[in-house]
Amino acid sequence: MKLPGVSEFSWRDVATEARLLLIGIPVLLWTMIPIYHMFLFAISPKEDAFSGKLWPDHPTLHNFEIVFKQQHYFLRDFYVQFWNSVVIAAAVGALTLVIATAAAFAISRLKVPGGRMVLNLALFTYFIPAAFLAVPMYRTMGNYGLLNNHWSLILAMVTIASPYAIWVLKQASDKLPVELDEAAVMDGATTLQIFRLVYLPLMMPSLVAIGTYAVLLAWNEYLYAFLLLSNDQEITLPVALGNFLAADDSPWELLMTTGFIYALPPAAVYYAFRRYMVGGLTAGAVKS
Amino acid sequence: MAITLSGDQSIPAPPLSSRLTPAQVWGIVLLAPYLLVFLAFVVYPVCYGLWLARAPSNYVALYNDPIFARAAVNTLIFLVIGINIKMLIALFLSGFFAQQRTWIRWLSVIFILPWAVPSIPTILSVRFMLNPEWGMINHLIFSLTGDDGPNWLNDPTVALSMAIAVHIWKSLPFWTLILITGRLAISHDLFEAAEVDGASWWQKFRFITWPSMQTLYITCTLLSMIWTLGDFNSVYLLTGGGPADLTHVLSTLGIRYLRLDQLSLAMASIVCAMPFVLPLVYFMMKRLSR
Repeated sequence: MKLPGVSEFSWRDVATEARLLLIGIPVLLWTMIPIYHMFLFAISPKEDAFSGKLWPDHPTLHNFEIVFKQQHYFLRDFYVQFWNSVVIAAAVGALTLVIATAAAFAISRLKVPGGRMVLNLALFTYFIPAAFLAVPMYRTMGNYGLLNNHWSLILAMVTIASPYAIWVLKQASDKLPVELDEAAVMDGATTLQIFRLVYLPLMMPSLVAIGTYAVLLAWNEYLYAFLLLSNDQEITLPVALGNFLAADDSPWELLMTTGFIYALPPAAVYYAFRRYMVGGLTAGAVKS
Repeated sequence: MAITLSGDQSIPAPPLSSRLTPAQVWGIVLLAPYLLVFLAFVVYPVCYGLWLARAPSNYVALYNDPIFARAAVNTLIFLVIGINIKMLIALFLSGFFAQQRTWIRWLSVIFILPWAVPSIPTILSVRFMLNPEWGMINHLIFSLTGDDGPNWLNDPTVALSMAIAVHIWKSLPFWTLILITGRLAISHDLFEAAEVDGASWWQKFRFITWPSMQTLYITCTLLSMIWTLGDFNSVYLLTGGGPADLTHVLSTLGIRYLRLDQLSLAMASIVCAMPFVLPLVYFMMKRLSR
């Protein structure tokens, strides 16, 4: 007799579950090992880190103390560099949002002449491989006299983030009913009022997704930062991390500790805004 | 400009301001910031770069540089092998993650991490794991077999394979996510009907899943090709192009020439990839702007 509320035991379900676990466990290991290894270094004294143990004999937070107290010459400018990363990511997020929202509104809602063409130009940029654009961009920033200035990295990242941002925001704007704009015009609203009072509030979820995308892109960027900035006081954290490798006896445990600290904010931001990101970004990336 | 009527009569066009509605004037104003960015940081650099790479001597120099030939071959291997492995795994895993299980939902939350966290600390972490003397992997091999493991990054073939693995590690979550979206869009009724008819999982995949996802899969593969060409981090942070400059791909090679102050060679090496990139870009733009 079957008891109510107790599901029937079935070998078939067990077999299915086992097959899924057979996929799930390798996926978990594959995903986590490099990240776990980074964390392991961060909590290991130097001897343990280099011994290849899977868990240190004496886990310690000493490495974090060294980083936060800047007790190593590679870490002299840790706070300045961390702050540079914050400022640049925030500026890229804000500037991308302003530029892309304005462009998407103009193309999608105002039907500005030539808007279609601008969208295609933006898509074209989106499809230039990032490392390919970096070569002429480096020289251009030199010509503009912006090398070693935070603006060079900010403007470069805005250039890279905007096309996708415009594309996603334009897709989202097209879904808003035209009647809203028409009703607002009837009520005597000016274009700017429509933008501020009707358009922006309705676009909020997409704006959060795009803002997060631009901030993460700028925070995580290595190549452009490494090309455009070189002064110890001006560089961002990833460039500083790259510079750790310059020494023959690189302090790997400190490198991994700093890297772990640097990787935490994007992971936190991603999880905080995951709901918006997945919907907003994948909808724009793939129009099937 | 004048509007031509039938015959040779023509009337002058009204001035621009009266042909545009106030909304359109605002449109132009709002579009201007992006256009400025585009002109200053895309059009000007690209034109300037092409101008720098114009001399045929650059291409002769590239042709005679064995590192360039090697980088071109490596790029091709990276694209053909790396992307196909990555996209096939993504297609497979999209089916796995589409299963309704609590633990699979939790795993999908963790699975996204490589894409969300920055490249530099994670790729350097892999680099240390592969260190022949101190790395975790060779320690494991030694404790399991008693033999020394391979010197992972010292053999160009192995090192390039590891760079491809790192690339897959980093970008697999994104493509899996996109393919899950595609899979979830397929009507569930189709699968139920197939199950009633007693279809095997392969038949379900072959006759329902694949036909519905084919276009998406191909688009993703092409887009992934373009982005992989621009992936500098996987190779540079893992091998630095070494050993002996044998693992360069076009993106790291361009930057290498740039660091050696040979900007026209850097541009020329990128121009060499254009006959390959431009048809891809053209196809993607057509596909997306339909």
